[in-house]
Amino acid sequence: MSFEPKILGILCNWCSYAGADLAGTARLQYAPNLRVVRVMCSGRVDPSLVFKAFQSGADGVLIAGCHPGDCHYQSGNYKTMRRFELLKRTVGQLGIEPERVRLEWVSASEGERWQSVVNDMTAKVRALGPFVPSSRALGAEAASAGGEP
Amino acid sequence: MKRITIDPITRLEGHGKIEIFLGDDGEVADVFFQVPELRGFEKFCQGRPVHELSRIVPKICGVCPGAHHLASGKAIDAVYSVDPPPTAKKLRELFYSAHFFHSHIAHFYALAAPDFVLGPDSPPAQRNILGVVAKVGLALGGEVIKHRKIGQDIQATLAGHQTHVSWCVPGGVSKGITEAERQEIIPLAKSSIEFAKTSIKVFNDVVLANKGYVDLILSEPYKLVDHSMGLVDAKGKVNFYDGMVRVVDTAGKKIAEYAPKDYLQHVEERVEQFSYLKYPYLKAKGWKGFVEGQDSGVYSATPLTRLNAADGMATPLAQSEYERFYSTVGGKPCHAILANHWARIVELMYAAERMLELASDPEVAGPNFRTIPTATPHEGVGTVEAPRGTLTHHYVTDDRGIVTDANLIVGTTNNNAPISMSIKKAAQGVIKRGVAPTQGALNMIEMAFRAYDPCFSCATHSLSGLAGFEIVIKEQDGTVVHRIAR
Amino acid sequence: MSKLKLAIYWAAGCGGCDVSVLDLNERILKVAEIFDIVLWPIAADFKYADVEGYPDGSIDVCLFNGAIRSAENEHLAHLLRKKSKILVAYGACAHIGGIPGLANFFRHEDVVQQVYKKAVSTLNPEGTIPAERTATQYGDLTLPKLFGRVRTLDQVVKVDYYLPGCPPVVEQAWGAITALASGKRPPAGSVVGASEVSLCEECKRKKAEKKIREFKSIATFQPDPEQCLLEQGIVCCGPATRAGCGSRCVNANVPCRGCYGPPAGVVDQGAKLLSAVASIVDSEDPTEIARILAAIDDPAGTFYRFSLPSSLLRGAQHKETA
Repeated sequence: MSFEPKILGILCNWCSYAGADLAGTARLQYAPNLRVVRVMCSGRVDPSLVFKAFQSGADGVLIAGCHPGDCHYQSGNYKTMRRFELLKRTVGQLGIEPERVRLEWVSASEGERWQSVVNDMTAKVRALGPFVPSSRALGAEAASAGGEP
Repeated sequence: MKRITIDPITRLEGHGKIEIFLGDDGEVADVFFQVPELRGFEKFCQGRPVHELSRIVPKICGVCPGAHHLASGKAIDAVYSVDPPPTAKKLRELFYSAHFFHSHIAHFYALAAPDFVLGPDSPPAQRNILGVVAKVGLALGGEVIKHRKIGQDIQATLAGHQTHVSWCVPGGVSKGITEAERQEIIPLAKSSIEFAKTSIKVFNDVVLANKGYVDLILSEPYKLVDHSMGLVDAKGKVNFYDGMVRVVDTAGKKIAEYAPKDYLQHVEERVEQFSYLKYPYLKAKGWKGFVEGQDSGVYSATPLTRLNAADGMATPLAQSEYERFYSTVGGKPCHAILANHWARIVELMYAAERMLELASDPEVAGPNFRTIPTATPHEGVGTVEAPRGTLTHHYVTDDRGIVTDANLIVGTTNNNAPISMSIKKAAQGVIKRGVAPTQGALNMIEMAFRAYDPCFSCATHSLSGLAGFEIVIKEQDGTVVHRIAR
Repeated sequence: MSKLKLAIYWAAGCGGCDVSVLDLNERILKVAEIFDIVLWPIAADFKYADVEGYPDGSIDVCLFNGAIRSAENEHLAHLLRKKSKILVAYGACAHIGGIPGLANFFRHEDVVQQVYKKAVSTLNPEGTIPAERTATQYGDLTLPKLFGRVRTLDQVVKVDYYLPGCPPVVEQAWGAITALASGKRPPAGSVVGASEVSLCEECKRKKAEKKIREFKSIATFQPDPEQCLLEQGIVCCGPATRAGCGSRCVNANVPCRGCYGPPAGVVDQGAKLLSAVASIVDSEDPTEIARILAAIDDPAGTFYRFSLPSSLLRGAQHKETA
């Protein structure tokens, strides 16, 4: 059985979640690998959530929010933008390929865009293969130690 | 074939063990000294901004962090092609003199003194600083604690902390001292000079007045004939902070004197499979094995070799003690490794006098303690004398100053081969055929190791004394024949 | 009343934590009144065989410093856990991994290659690499196995308390040790000898509003000693670092680098710092944001300077070589 990536999608309630809903009601087909978590604003996404996702078995993380200027809370997505810029560089240093962590702006009317983003990301992460965090890579040694991974 | 394992050695930075193999004749056939630890600073400094290294590398050692901090600071200045202003250099040297002062106090009183004050084969439970204090009195003990603290307090005044400091920045230091702070240091430095005089007297009364000890110091098991390395200033005197690296051969003749940046032309390191620590040697001589003598590449970098390599001490009281030292041991160079303890006392006096010189200079409290670098960073080498030997940091960076390569030759690393050889000689000297080694014999082997003050000194306040080890003597089939524990 | 038993042990550390105990100066004698030291390799003559002979749980307090790097470190962690009532992760390395944790950015094989083959003063044409077992004509010599990554103490055994710092501030350590000795036990798993909040609350610099248009490097900038370092554009780890150190680095006019670990409630120190530093950037334009943040060198190595082994990901991912 070939590898099917697990991708965590963290979607903001007002724009991107609605956009994903629209894709659903319009019966647009897209890759089923993405699991959605809904937050009120993409600005709520703490970088540690991204790392937690990878540690817990995710092969990719997609953060989706409103287009700049359209944030329901005015400036939440600007914070997302700034955090993501630094997050990109940090994950690069942690050996995580750039295609695995992605930020997209998806509006409530962009069902087709949502379909295309998810398909594109799934294909790219599939090509990269599974993500194995350093904690699991210690593997046998941790098990013999009796401590947590 | 019997085997004696000493594990762990204690009172060095990190961990160590010794394996002694006895031949069928019961004499020592061979001895291996192993360092079972590696952290990999030379690798994980890559990718870091070079200016951050001066606060990463002190974590190599919690007893000589000041040494790494300054060697690193100097290397970083060289990377940025920037020359710190005089105030910065004086501050750094004042800090460093204080560092040497407390470091040598800790080693002499906690590590060396017990063997001589109480005797090499006195009961182990007493053979420590508390036993020393009981014998020589609380007054002296209090002075030891007080002056160790003085050295640390001066470091903290200058650099913000007494242990792991973050102070050197490219082109100087991050903060200076006020005139009031400078004035406060002067009486502390004066008291330190008096304490150094006291320490000379302690050494005289306890060691030099005891013929047995003098014989021990000059005896063959504690002699190692190799080349001597140390930093010298423009006048050829011992300097801890800056200068040229000088090497003199086994006869005391100068065979090299080079700027720190040229170290690669003079020193090389080799790897042995049984130890995580590398072995430096003189490139010009080449590696001939763990052998003494003029043709061997083995060299030492210790307080004793600093005195051997230099023409003298830069301050008067230290110079006077230097002269007395050599006239007692029979001239330069001295190869008696136990004489390191006396060399440390000479350096203690120099450190104290140098503290006073620098603290008395108003420029040390000046406002100009930093030159902002403007050049593109590239590559640099910084060398100081750590209390335990010549310390070199070498960094290469990209145009942004991100480290692409780092190479370190640490104080005690210089002495890896000499320590191995001294342990073997001491073991051969004390372990005799048919005689199970006693507690005292174990300690005699330990004394060989301890003379080098291997990158960790037990501080002034240890509660009970010595390196703990267990000797297990086994038959070849593994049956335990004899077990001595301490 | 008989004295309590104290053990102090060092794993993959530097000795600075042992020095911090000795920096108690005269108060070390008070420690001696309360405790019998039963293990302290740097200063006392007890050895591993002695520890193995102690009854389980007979050591009242064990201060364990240093990270877990080798099989020997791990063995002692398990042994001392068994023999001790209270096991304290003492200092940054045992608490969050410390500076040795920076090795987790690299594959262990690459560390070994650098030290023993590539280091520029090393001549090793045979490619000798130190090995766990070396045969000699007399018998085998052994070295402990080095693990592929550095771990914190609590990733190997259960830890009762954490005493942070590199090294812990002497006064804090003193307070914590005497409290434990007197029976005043905070809830298990607590951080002791430090505050619950971030360094910014303790720091005495003047703080106004943080809106950064330009980040500066301490290499080419001399900070003002009074104003908040972040506001001057110097990346300071104070916002996500636990207070308790007395701001010793900041008082020396250099930025905090996080050695006390994260404040209460923060799981991943580096992620929090990343978030804090990014959130004060004063721009809404993506190109400008990228330009401003590009001035920060080595974000992962700065935000995770002391805490990489304790981070959620533990270190960098390495693709297996074929």
